[in-house]
Amino acid sequence: MRSSVIIFPGSNCDRDMDVALKKFGFKNQMVWHNEQAIPKSDLIVLPGGFSYGDYLRCGSIASKSKIIKSVIDFANSGGLVLGICNGFQILTETGLLKGILQQNKFLNFICSNVFVKVKDKQNKYFKDLKKDVLELHIAHNEGNYFCSNDELKSLEDNNQIAVTYCGEDGTENEKTNPNGAIKNIAGIFNKNKNVLGMMPHPERMIDKYLSGEDGSLFFKNILDNFK
Amino acid sequence: MEVTEAVAIDHGLKKEEFSKICELLKRTPNLTELAIFSAMWNEHCSYKSSRKHLKKMHTKGKQVIQGPGENAGVIDIGDDDAIVFKIESHNHPSFIEPYQGAATGVGGIMRDVFTMGARPIANLNSIHFGSPQHKKTRNLLRGVVKGIGGYGNCIGVPTIAGQTTFDESYNGNILVNAMTLGLVNKNKIFYSKAAGLDKPVIYVGSKTGRDGIHGASMASATFDDKIEEKKPTVQVGDPFTEKLLLEACLELMADNSIIAIQDMGAAGLTSSSVEMASKGNLGIELNLSEVPCREEKMTPYEIMLSESQERMLIVLEKGKEEHAKKIFDKWNLDFAVIGKTINSKKIELIFDNKKVAEIPIDLLAENAPIYDRPWKKTKLPQKLKFDKDEFKSLKLSDCLKKILSNSNISDKKWIWDQYDHTVMGDTIQKPGGDAGVVRVHGTNKAVAASVDSSALYCFSHPLTGGKQIVCESYRNLISVGAKPIAITNCLNFGNPEKEKNMGEFVECVEGITEASKYLDFPVVSGNVSFYNETKDKGIKPTPTIGGVGLISDYQQMLTMEFKNEGNLVYVIGKTDGHLDQSIFARELLNEKKGPPPTVNLFNEKNIGETVLDLSRKNLIVSCHDVSLGGILTALSKMCIKGKKGIKINALKGLTNKYEYFFGEDQARYIIEIPKASLKKVNDILNKYSVHFDELGTVNGQSIEYKDDINLPIEELADAHKYWLKKYMDS
Repeated sequence: MRSSVIIFPGSNCDRDMDVALKKFGFKNQMVWHNEQAIPKSDLIVLPGGFSYGDYLRCGSIASKSKIIKSVIDFANSGGLVLGICNGFQILTETGLLKGILQQNKFLNFICSNVFVKVKDKQNKYFKDLKKDVLELHIAHNEGNYFCSNDELKSLEDNNQIAVTYCGEDGTENEKTNPNGAIKNIAGIFNKNKNVLGMMPHPERMIDKYLSGEDGSLFFKNILDNFK
Repeated sequence: MEVTEAVAIDHGLKKEEFSKICELLKRTPNLTELAIFSAMWNEHCSYKSSRKHLKKMHTKGKQVIQGPGENAGVIDIGDDDAIVFKIESHNHPSFIEPYQGAATGVGGIMRDVFTMGARPIANLNSIHFGSPQHKKTRNLLRGVVKGIGGYGNCIGVPTIAGQTTFDESYNGNILVNAMTLGLVNKNKIFYSKAAGLDKPVIYVGSKTGRDGIHGASMASATFDDKIEEKKPTVQVGDPFTEKLLLEACLELMADNSIIAIQDMGAAGLTSSSVEMASKGNLGIELNLSEVPCREEKMTPYEIMLSESQERMLIVLEKGKEEHAKKIFDKWNLDFAVIGKTINSKKIELIFDNKKVAEIPIDLLAENAPIYDRPWKKTKLPQKLKFDKDEFKSLKLSDCLKKILSNSNISDKKWIWDQYDHTVMGDTIQKPGGDAGVVRVHGTNKAVAASVDSSALYCFSHPLTGGKQIVCESYRNLISVGAKPIAITNCLNFGNPEKEKNMGEFVECVEGITEASKYLDFPVVSGNVSFYNETKDKGIKPTPTIGGVGLISDYQQMLTMEFKNEGNLVYVIGKTDGHLDQSIFARELLNEKKGPPPTVNLFNEKNIGETVLDLSRKNLIVSCHDVSLGGILTALSKMCIKGKKGIKINALKGLTNKYEYFFGEDQARYIIEIPKASLKKVNDILNKYSVHFDELGTVNGQSIEYKDDINLPIEELADAHKYWLKKYMDS
């Protein structure tokens, strides 16, 4: 499976994502934001970081960058686009995903392990995933997902909520919500479920010496579903 | 403006120093020249009070590639890999403007490291605040933590360990020490020594603004009531630009275009250009009209003194200008050829086609004043005679809970949750352990690092205190299974013009030197911060040691949490029960006098090597050094982290349980041993002739000791984990 990771000035999880993708067998290449075209890919990843410093709203400048039109075209033609953390923020800024990511409820950056519940498996990311709850890792200041009531309703009606923050046993409540996100939302899909944005970083959880290994399941699952 | 003695004094120079300048120059300097002298001759840049003593430090070792004197120290970790590291203070600016002060401290130290060609792989920090009751403490802490996080998180370098303490002596002068480790191929290290004539001098990075003018002089003076007025001397950080600068510099460093490179830190363009020329023993000519400026009508004076961040000065091979410019253009950074190396051994400044300054380099560097300041020895205080009857009214379990929730012992998760500690995907030991550990990317090796200081011990007896922190650093590295290699130090002291403070400095340095020599743990970089004093009240002497060690196979890394029920727990090293200067004495007896615990370097080394041997043979499954708060505090942390209890044995020959459990004797570790390895462990302990006590067995969910203690782990965790969060929320 061929993947492309887009590097924006200020991206800082690009290498981690490259390492993770290659570890599980993706043929990955890095694409500079100033390119016009993306090499032939089966998956495009927008990595975490602080694109363009995030001095305006997070992700907003990246959503106007040169490469982004190709990303949008790719997504609209059904290609898999994955945005992690800042990548998720960029996807909401492009309009590919609904809603916005606000500053965390307690106004602090949070770097911590979290559990997320997989809410939908009718998609190429989570289909046939053996687990329902994954232990992943978050590191963000603006991960507090928010959207209008109408948008929320349509997300729910179309099963577009991908993952939600929960406890180890899957309980979703205020206590298991690290950043104040509406309905504990940690990640969502577009309508066709080919575009996934999520705050947690699977690429930081890919071997047992790191914070955990559940990220491996995520990447392997994408590959398995592609075969 | 006419330059007079009064103007010179305004620039922080002493009367005698001004006369010396006039004498050396054989004329009165103009204002720009005076500014350059004041920037180079201040304490921060010239080390004029400390240099004499720093020379004595132990700086050599088999694995040392570069010792003090460069942007950072470099050590060899095998296979052509080298670690570049340094710690630096940003105390004065952080007190005035905590967010920007701390942020630019982190930015500055990272630049020191990547200037040498290394990619930063880990950050650490040691931060010290006034009493929790002091009205400024909460806001300063919040600002500093946000600043450190704001900068490090954005660059994408994990913050893997740190230290936070509270003490009233920091009420008017907080300390912010930032440390960075970088990884470099040992054949591709870049230095700041210029070479060759007529080579282009390149300015890259951010534009120059009026921020930070006189920053280095501000950091070389004590504070008074008008401290708020100094806010404009604090620089403003832009981590995004630093990230671009990092990537652009590393890209340019991939080939042989760079002759010398130096970041513009304290005293900006002045110190970077003078240092490169001085090391290369040549002159430098700068055309200041070519310097990219952020503000209009900046004068040569302002350009030379600005401490705007994220800037670098490079001496390039001739003909490589276009190639280099292309890279900086790609990263959207300013790039300008602003001068060249010259034969005259002077710094010559041109502005608007006129020569505006001309100073022989050696007057700024070698001829800078060196002071042999008078100092006073600190006598070892009398050991206290505690009234042990008084102890009887204290319940052990209450004492323990009180100590665990002490501001200096309690868990600092509230802080490190705000630092990205996992980015780069190689953090295998997070903050909260004895040392942070990151893998050397793509290899089986890992590097451990820890920052430590013991102001109370150093205040009580600087010589012992100096030795103790080096040992503490050594132990923290060994506790995670790393072989200690070298240290960097940040020497935070009060006013060197006072004999007592100067004495604290001299004796701490002596202690550090003695220990680092004995333990073969050389100092490879560091920085001195004097004048941490407000209205005549100075800080307790706070040398901070940043230690770095190597784990050759990261699978052998150790952590402190208890692993398995039924495993045996030993404390190795002898416990005499030294309570003077302990947390127990302070917190429960309100007793602040007495000497710090004695440091026995033979024991430190022997016991440290024993533990390393045990870990290399995979005979122990967890390890934690015993320090502040003694055995019971260390055990509690191992229980809380492992979510497992311990049954402590009835100890034979125990004279006083308070002394035993809370004494802060040095050179001790607690280890957890699976039953299957017990015989081998005993053999090794005997082989090294190491004293050990069979402390107990990992068991259940409580910490138990005879009828004295029966505390559920959860209750301990509550005492330990929430003090800081509650404090910050209140």
